[in-house]
Amino acid sequence: MEFEPVIGLEVHAELRTKSKMFCACEVVDSTTAAPNTTVCPVCSGMPGTLPVVNQKAVEFGIRVALALECEVQQTSIFARKNYFYPDLPKGYQISQYEQPLAINGKLIIRTSEGEQTIRLRRVHLEEDTGKLTHVERDGKSYSLVDLNRAGVPLLEIVSEPDLHSADAARAYGEALRDILRYLGVNSGDMEKGVIRFEANVSVRKKGIAGADGHPPLLGIRTEVKNLNSFRALERAIEYEIERQSKIIEAGRTVEQETLGWNEARGATYSQRSKEDAHDYRYFPEPDLPPLVVEQNWIDEIKSKLPELPRARYLRFIEDYGLTAYDAARLTEEKEVADYFESAVRGLPSTVQPKVAANWMLGDLFSLMNQASKTSEFFKNSEAWNRVRPEALAELVKIVSEGQINQTSAREVLNEMFESGRGAAEIIAARGLKQVSDESFIAELVSQALKENPNEAASFRSGKTGVVNFLFGQVMKKAAGRANPQVVRAELEKQLAQ
Amino acid sequence: MALTLKEVEHIAKLARLELTEEQKELYREQLSAILDYMAKLRELDTNNVPPTAGGGLTQMILREDESRPSLSKDALLENAPNAEDDQFKIPPVFE
Repeated sequence: MEFEPVIGLEVHAELRTKSKMFCACEVVDSTTAAPNTTVCPVCSGMPGTLPVVNQKAVEFGIRVALALECEVQQTSIFARKNYFYPDLPKGYQISQYEQPLAINGKLIIRTSEGEQTIRLRRVHLEEDTGKLTHVERDGKSYSLVDLNRAGVPLLEIVSEPDLHSADAARAYGEALRDILRYLGVNSGDMEKGVIRFEANVSVRKKGIAGADGHPPLLGIRTEVKNLNSFRALERAIEYEIERQSKIIEAGRTVEQETLGWNEARGATYSQRSKEDAHDYRYFPEPDLPPLVVEQNWIDEIKSKLPELPRARYLRFIEDYGLTAYDAARLTEEKEVADYFESAVRGLPSTVQPKVAANWMLGDLFSLMNQASKTSEFFKNSEAWNRVRPEALAELVKIVSEGQINQTSAREVLNEMFESGRGAAEIIAARGLKQVSDESFIAELVSQALKENPNEAASFRSGKTGVVNFLFGQVMKKAAGRANPQVVRAELEKQLAQ
Repeated sequence: MALTLKEVEHIAKLARLELTEEQKELYREQLSAILDYMAKLRELDTNNVPPTAGGGLTQMILREDESRPSLSKDALLENAPNAEDDQFKIPPVFE
């Protein structure tokens, strides 16, 4: 039996404001800050306090909504989501329910199967929760509560169930992360938990249409909560697809429930049984009037949206002749794409932008990786400053002019990265300038042929592959500085004599 | 609008309250009375009245995104029944 998975995602993204959603407490890195240092009567749920909405959080929310092509609602309403859990001391979370900030958006993702449009149901504002740590100490079991994160602005982005594989879900998550970073509203640091996923997963038998030409009915879905990395997202969905398929194949029924994900075991587990199904008793937040957003504010935010990752990706392919793969890697982070475009501006028109892309994606990235140990190295401004884009452009230009060869150029780049000095300066200091002088190279070739008469003879008897060995001998004599094209031409010329 | 005993038990569970049988019956009566009282509002014709949100407040006032000092840890934890390592200490919670 073949099954088609149907997946919808809820993404929670913290908004990078200075202060919290409803109070003026500073937003800090809750993974490193000393506990309970940015907590006030409002976010600790003291009686008699009142929330006041952070304008920047609304602006960030609108920015994201517009980037996702949503309809921003002129009026949206905050609501209380009531639940008893000590991560929010008020006993409820202020969220949006019936009238969210924005609805009906879309996000275009790329997978191995090409591009796909994922519809978005809604985008709404809410507050993050505090952090609980479970402790076993001296034979006692208890929990500790840190409220630094309680009240941090949180944006929830809900997709329609348009995803049909774990792979697509990952692509969706990554595309969204890239957009949030481009918009400057979220750091994208997954390891700090600033973006979290919940996946709604169901499977249905493939090829069985619904009644009267309607699409096939959805299977019973489960909800997997607290997925904090792309890997967890992907694995949890794969696990659920397989688990549910087996249940249906065995003739049983999938139970609708909320699941957690155990990373170590690589398995989902039941969190709440059906009887405990959500009953959040939402009602409009009596302490906050409706949020009315004027059209001119929306227009102003829209006019300031940066070029987004997909537009830039398409433009890089179109304008710079890059492969889809290279364009994707260069546009994932705004800083990387900016760097590339700065470098291209420094190139003479005779040099293909593709050459600069190769240098960036190859040697420069690996140097950065070694130095910073994180894939998001462009956030490390120190590493990014060591080789400025203009300096890379200069190096690429020098190589393209044949002043130095590739091998020397690699060494030069290494040294640029280590010392921060420019390419021309390093080449001059180390005497790396490539020699193209024909009489000098002719002399080296003639020496090499004399020293290796057997190889020269076997070339002449038809074993042309030996030319690479002879080429190596000449380059060795030239300490790698001879222009390889000139050497090859000269070798062929003298061997033909 | 009489609540059933089952509804009372459900509400108690959501509020994490443990009730005796006598209390369940008592609260069932009291909550039902409150609902009956609120039901009076239904007598009003609200067809042309937009739903209200935000109580008596009519205009949302947005706050500039500026941070201000928070409570000191001591002040924050002063009234906590238990604290440890500068955090609130509570019975074990697992989910």
